[in-house]
Amino acid sequence: MIRLRNIRKSYKTGYNQLEVLKGIDLDIESGAFTSIMGSSGSGKSTLLNIIGILDEYDQGDYLLDGKMIKGLSQTEAAQYRNQFIGFVFQSFNLLPFKTAQENVALPLYYQKIDRKKRQALALEYLDMVGLADWAEHLPNQLSGGQQQRVAIARALITQPKVILADEPTGALDSATSYDVMELFKKVNREGMTVIIVTHENDIAAMTHRIIRLRDGVIESGAAAVSANS
Amino acid sequence: MIDFDKWQEIFNSIRRHPLRTILTALGVFWGIFMLVLLLGAGRGLQNGVEYEFRDDATNSVWIRRGVTSIPFEGLPKGRQIRFSNEDYDLLAEHFDEVDQITGRFYLAGNQTISYGKKSLAYSVRAVHPGHRYIENSIVESGRFINETDLKDCRKVAVIGKVVQKDLFGNEPPLGKEIKIGSTIYTVVGIYSDTGGDDEMRIIYIPISTAQKIYSGTDELHQLMFTTKDMELAAIQQMQEEIREAFARRHQFDVEDRKALYIFGVAEEYQKFMNLFAAIRAFVWFVGLGSIVAGIIGVSNIMLIVVKDRTKEIGIRKALGATPRSIIAMILQESILITSVAGYLGLLAGVGVISLMEAIAVEYFRNPRVDLGVGAIATLVLVSAGALAGLMPARKAARINPVVAMREGGG
Repeated sequence: MIRLRNIRKSYKTGYNQLEVLKGIDLDIESGAFTSIMGSSGSGKSTLLNIIGILDEYDQGDYLLDGKMIKGLSQTEAAQYRNQFIGFVFQSFNLLPFKTAQENVALPLYYQKIDRKKRQALALEYLDMVGLADWAEHLPNQLSGGQQQRVAIARALITQPKVILADEPTGALDSATSYDVMELFKKVNREGMTVIIVTHENDIAAMTHRIIRLRDGVIESGAAAVSANS
Repeated sequence: MIDFDKWQEIFNSIRRHPLRTILTALGVFWGIFMLVLLLGAGRGLQNGVEYEFRDDATNSVWIRRGVTSIPFEGLPKGRQIRFSNEDYDLLAEHFDEVDQITGRFYLAGNQTISYGKKSLAYSVRAVHPGHRYIENSIVESGRFINETDLKDCRKVAVIGKVVQKDLFGNEPPLGKEIKIGSTIYTVVGIYSDTGGDDEMRIIYIPISTAQKIYSGTDELHQLMFTTKDMELAAIQQMQEEIREAFARRHQFDVEDRKALYIFGVAEEYQKFMNLFAAIRAFVWFVGLGSIVAGIIGVSNIMLIVVKDRTKEIGIRKALGATPRSIIAMILQESILITSVAGYLGLLAGVGVISLMEAIAVEYFRNPRVDLGVGAIATLVLVSAGALAGLMPARKAARINPVVAMREGGG
């Protein structure tokens, strides 16, 4: 599903060139449940941005579901993000002025899907994460765990190739965190490729494969493991 | 309307930021309102003054005789200058730029005019045919004094509308005989005049007839003419040449301003027109100033809008919003607000102007706005607002979603 070959990325900081990713080689199979770990500054956020087509890389190749992701225009990048990737963020990032249902439906708006169909699908996905009764609530009327479940429903609604979760439990207490992880497990069991970036060992331990990053290179976990091990 | 969702997004955003919306709208509203008001008031002032000039042709020159105040070549001062038909001929024949020309011969005081049993007092002017063009008399029925009247010294009269009403009531006056003093004249025409009722209480008769009956000489009391289409400077030059010619003929010092009075309406008119050009320039300056202030206001608000929505933009981008859709989202809102506000400003401006129309003051009439100008101004403001919003909107569309989402607000 994801194939990274010798990915390099550096940022200019003043006069210095700061190399963040120093040649990443990584394969993630379709249907895998993977976590990426690393301390801050290890390059995991940059890697996530590159996988999520939010940032470009300087060197190497990135193939997503067989498609080369390289030198895309902003518009193409946006379309790929919309079709291939579902994001889940630490701070949920729901639009505060939209109901749970409208938030879930939003990615379909950018696919120019008819409003009625959008709303119906959104309700379906909310039901899947157990929040059908909360469809008309605004984010600030929901608990953190509920908000994150809404965000997961939103990530799933476009039926992407990959779910990318950036510290999805970072803002939740441990009981809620486990609930959310249960949901990810369920989603993965149904065949979705899930990548979770985290710095919490217990969260990473729930995934099938842990990739550890350190100073811009993969320290361990580079070898692919079977998804259903 | 085509895209219900888009409109819903826009109204949603407006509802969420009422203060910001009102401030933006107010800036645009005020800019357009002031421009419309100023343009309308300026136009009203100009109409008012033009109205004051409506009575007479603006290209007319009036020559009145005076009394010499400087001795000239042995002649004492205090001499009365007198005009005669020769002066008329001098103007008509030697000055090509003279278009319509007339002399005037006044019958002393008000004359008693009688028709049947009615007797009323009016002033009588003896004139040449060209007079009607200089006073802007409008012949309502019949005709004005003509050349044949002059040649044959016919006893005919052209009467003003007020005279007609007073003397004849509903009776048709053409062909009827009236008595001016003790002489009988035939009514051949009726005229009206935009200068008001007083201008229509006058009776015109052929100048040759008057000279023959009331003077026995070829004396004229006054000369008037209109110029052909020419520049003010040329008219002034011509007036000086006329003064020189008259000075030679009547033997007075050219510098003797009291011997001869030449009054060019064009000169007065031009003064006012220059004043209006200045007022118009000022109005535009102030009006454009308020438009620019509006534009700056809109630009500022747009910067705030983008800053405010950075996080929202980040989220939308992560979910697959294209840069284009982000720019469109921001611009559409700004265009909607500015066009509605501009339109309201236009309406309010026009409304206030129509209220002002009710005020009838001298030198202020029919304040009107060129709606086209107002519409263009609104359009300029709307597009300037959009343009001002385009820069931050494009910047916003380029934002890295991850960075944007880390920022506060939303």
